[in-house]
Amino acid sequence: MPPGESWQPVSRKLVTVRFIVLASTLVLVVPALAIGLWFVMGGWALVIALGVLVTSVAWAGWLIPRIWRSWGYSERQDDLLVTHGVMFRKLTVVPYGRMQFVDVNSGPLDRKFGLATVQLHTASPATDARIPGLPADEAARLRDRLSALGEAKAAGL
Amino acid sequence: MSQTVNDETAERRTSTPEHFKRLHPLTPLLRGWAYLAGVIVIMGQNALRDPGPVGLYLGLGLGFAVLATIAGAVSWWFTRYGFDGDALRIDSGVLMRRSRRVRMDRLQAVDVNRPLVGRLLGVSELRMEVAGGGKSEAPLRYLSGDDAVRLRAELLARAAGIDADTPEAPERVVHQVNLDRLAWSTVLSGGFVFGVLLLLLVAGAMVVVPGPARIGILTSMLPGLLAAGYVVWTQLGRNFGFVLAESPDGFRIRKGLLDTQHQTVPPGRVQGVLIREPLLWRLRGWAEVHVDVAGYASNTSSDATNRTSTLLPVAPREDAMTITRQVVQADPVAVVLHSAPKTARWFRPIQWRRLAYGTDDRVVVVRDGRFTRRLTVVPHAKTQSVRVTQGPLQRALNLATIHVDTTPGPVNAIIRHRRPDDARRFAEEQAERARLARKTDVPEQWMAAHLQDVVEGDHDGDAPPSASNE
Repeated sequence: MPPGESWQPVSRKLVTVRFIVLASTLVLVVPALAIGLWFVMGGWALVIALGVLVTSVAWAGWLIPRIWRSWGYSERQDDLLVTHGVMFRKLTVVPYGRMQFVDVNSGPLDRKFGLATVQLHTASPATDARIPGLPADEAARLRDRLSALGEAKAAGL
Repeated sequence: MSQTVNDETAERRTSTPEHFKRLHPLTPLLRGWAYLAGVIVIMGQNALRDPGPVGLYLGLGLGFAVLATIAGAVSWWFTRYGFDGDALRIDSGVLMRRSRRVRMDRLQAVDVNRPLVGRLLGVSELRMEVAGGGKSEAPLRYLSGDDAVRLRAELLARAAGIDADTPEAPERVVHQVNLDRLAWSTVLSGGFVFGVLLLLLVAGAMVVVPGPARIGILTSMLPGLLAAGYVVWTQLGRNFGFVLAESPDGFRIRKGLLDTQHQTVPPGRVQGVLIREPLLWRLRGWAEVHVDVAGYASNTSSDATNRTSTLLPVAPREDAMTITRQVVQADPVAVVLHSAPKTARWFRPIQWRRLAYGTDDRVVVVRDGRFTRRLTVVPHAKTQSVRVTQGPLQRALNLATIHVDTTPGPVNAIIRHRRPDDARRFAEEQAERARLARKTDVPEQWMAAHLQDVVEGDHDGDAPPSASNE
């Protein structure tokens, strides 16, 4: 996270959710890969599939906690700051008055863990102000606060 | 932006007021004609593949066209438009009644277009762009030429916050593009030169290759012809007779050879300006100017966006700059530019010396491009958000890229390869500038303030200036 700001972290449960998503993907992909390769190269297929499995788990085990730690947001007096990214780092500054609407999304897995994603939209589709892995009540609070601030400071286009 | 256009369901809808008007009575015929053309193409293809009874195909085709025209007539009968309070309301639909309200204070641009057939019959299409409307820009197709002009004047007057019966404001022609310059700009454009080179290459091959193989080569002329033809069509055909004028309603653009287009963009609706100087045009000192206007880019194809985003198709550089100065109320040339650090050459070996940006109290200016020179100007008041991004290679070289986000369109202010500290500082300062600049920007109802100066305090309640910033 960039220095000089008191960043709010996102929920640690985001790591768990991401690991579950990864595990379920691997459970589907790795056997399919093994079976597919079996017809081409026989026994070596198992070695390759195992290799893919180990590499993915190791890579994800290293990356997922780092991605979680890279997420941060900061509600300042006049703007919202969002930062994330391990390889490709991003920092977005959105003045509250530029906000057009706020989205709160929560998929089935997210709901299971009581998480939600808050996304702030401006008139520019490039604005990348998305905060995943927020506890549901924090997401609701943020949504209400952003809407209130957006309304108070709103400006035309 | 959800208030801009409201679709109400039938039970909440009040019945269409009596004074609402219908579209031009030729509308169903004009639309049916398009269907007929489509049917003829499909039927024709079938008939060619399997030549059966020609009469049957003809009958089927005509039947379809008649049905389509009848359906069009019914839909025409049920479509009516008119002013309802401070919004334009369009009621349409037979079974599913739909009532659409276009709020005037959110109006971004009004276009009156005349397709070729429409010109022959004296009808026009009126298009309103509202920000964030997506496909809901609600074209009124078709109106008689006079109706379209009158409605445009009324829309603009209401959007400006003045009396609806105010006649169309007078205009002053700012720039005209003559045929000579337009033709040369076409010939000197990249696409045309590329097409011609391709054709020459094929012609050369024709000479070298003997006998029957020549036929095969002939078909490979097609890409070259397409490339050159496309440029001729877009640059010469669409921008034919280009006139840019300014009036209290903003700037007006008239252009087109076969289909004519007449755009009006009110003051303060331009979100960003891009001045491009392609390599060959620099021989003549020419530039083209594009603008972002919210709503225009919601046309999905880049071609349609390109068509509406042109402020000047080709003009001497000085004129382009003068007009840019008028549009953004700042002088982009006078802004002091800061060049990118030398390490940027690893990413942009050719153009790194051209990478630069600067700000003054009104605009951000971004310069880049070696062969085609580009100057991007974004007013602080139109900055939506600011982003700083950094890839792994950039991190290794201690660089970062800043994006100043604006509404969708051809103008993208991207300040590439700066020192991360600078980038971070700039991002925060820019957000602050964006916040402050909006307070002094042109209000949405651009004439309301003037009106108040004339008759102090005597506004009629539904358009108080304080509400324009809601």
